[in-house]
Amino acid sequence: MKPALVVLRRELHLALRGSGDSAATVLFFVLAAILFPFGVGPEPGVLTRIGAGVIWVVALMAAILSLERLFLSDYEDGSLDLLAMAPLPLEFVVLAKMAAHWLTTGLPLIVATPLLALFYGLPAETLPMLLLTMLIGTPTLSLVGSIGAALTLGARRGGVLLSLLVLPLYIPVLIFGVGAIDAAVADLPVRPHLLILGGLLAAALPLCPWAAAAALRQALD
Amino acid sequence: MANLHRFANPNRFLRLSRAILPWSASLTVLLFIVGLYFALFASPADYQQGETVRIMYVHVPSAWIAMLCYSVMAAASATALIWRHPLADITARAAAPIGAGFTLIVLATGSLWGKPMWGTWWVWDARLTSVLILFFLYLGHIALSRAFDDPTRGARAAAVLALVGFVNVPIIKFSVDWWNTLHQPASVSRLAAPAIDPAMLRPLLLMALAFTAYFVTLLLLRIRAELTSRKIRALQLAQASAE
Repeated sequence: MKPALVVLRRELHLALRGSGDSAATVLFFVLAAILFPFGVGPEPGVLTRIGAGVIWVVALMAAILSLERLFLSDYEDGSLDLLAMAPLPLEFVVLAKMAAHWLTTGLPLIVATPLLALFYGLPAETLPMLLLTMLIGTPTLSLVGSIGAALTLGARRGGVLLSLLVLPLYIPVLIFGVGAIDAAVADLPVRPHLLILGGLLAAALPLCPWAAAAALRQALD
Repeated sequence: MANLHRFANPNRFLRLSRAILPWSASLTVLLFIVGLYFALFASPADYQQGETVRIMYVHVPSAWIAMLCYSVMAAASATALIWRHPLADITARAAAPIGAGFTLIVLATGSLWGKPMWGTWWVWDARLTSVLILFFLYLGHIALSRAFDDPTRGARAAAVLALVGFVNVPIIKFSVDWWNTLHQPASVSRLAAPAIDPAMLRPLLLMALAFTAYFVTLLLLRIRAELTSRKIRALQLAQASAE
């Protein structure tokens, strides 16, 4: 367990020191969400209706933007080879990197969400549900996305390819995330949606590091 | 296992497929003639759907093949990753565009049927959405397997993707049972009594057989073409290095 924490700390250090990736991701998140009122018109009724969905979709995009760098810099400077040779199983290295990715992008996105909820005039009762779904949903995004990041390592046009691979796999998370919010607004039971969202996370947590580590081994061969 | 290795030999595969191909190709033509005759002429119009029910004889078999093809691709990918069979890599690579084609047919015919029946080209129903995801998985597989300078690396990455994407296949199958939405539930694959009239079941099964034979023929042809193109490439490389 301790070596995995060391990897996690290293990732967090690298992310927080200088590179500014996570600040850029949050900035993208806010900017992209601000475009929608210009696109669909600023009527409050429309914005309140689509707000939660737009915030979710833009969060998906922002998560993808930051994914490309997940393994790339380590792959290019050779540290990934060292991490793969370390006694710690590669699956745990990947899990630590996923956790770092969520802490540096998923969590800041959630922190920025109330601001966007304000812009869209979401009713105050919706906000806790929006935050809760994002809290359960965004770790799944980091987990699933890391498979895509590992698969496209060293590919031509890696970034575009990454979104092509990962976006379809994100659709279930989006459906149930927004489904829970819509159910809350309509006073329907939210539990089923939240349970499925949690189930997706519970399935992704053991399976995704495994698949991503397999993909990384292919890349390092 | 020893038997599997026997068929991993490309030359043996080429000989075997040369023997199978004429049969599967003529079987395809024959089944399509009979199947289309029953589907278009010798079957009744539905009492609710009218003549548009005939779209089903293309729609349903191609949906089956689209899912069969993904399963073949996933099985080949697992074989390629575990036993490193070169032929399995080639099979997965050859199957992806075929599957994408059949998925496109499913989506297009479903859309054509949906307009008169449901009054819309497209609804965001669970079955339709999961098939659309299947289509994007096929496209992602095709793009990923061709995105690397080293073809084996592309094949490996695509194999992992094919296995990850396999979760979608049971979702497609059971989407009509799990979510009670617009797409009708299965009416053929009930063991006791299919909820479909025998007069309509006959053309449907004939068309399903025709599509399966067509799929086998296409897959064999594409694997042979891929093997041949690799041979040509190897010869060109040998020639270039000899000069």
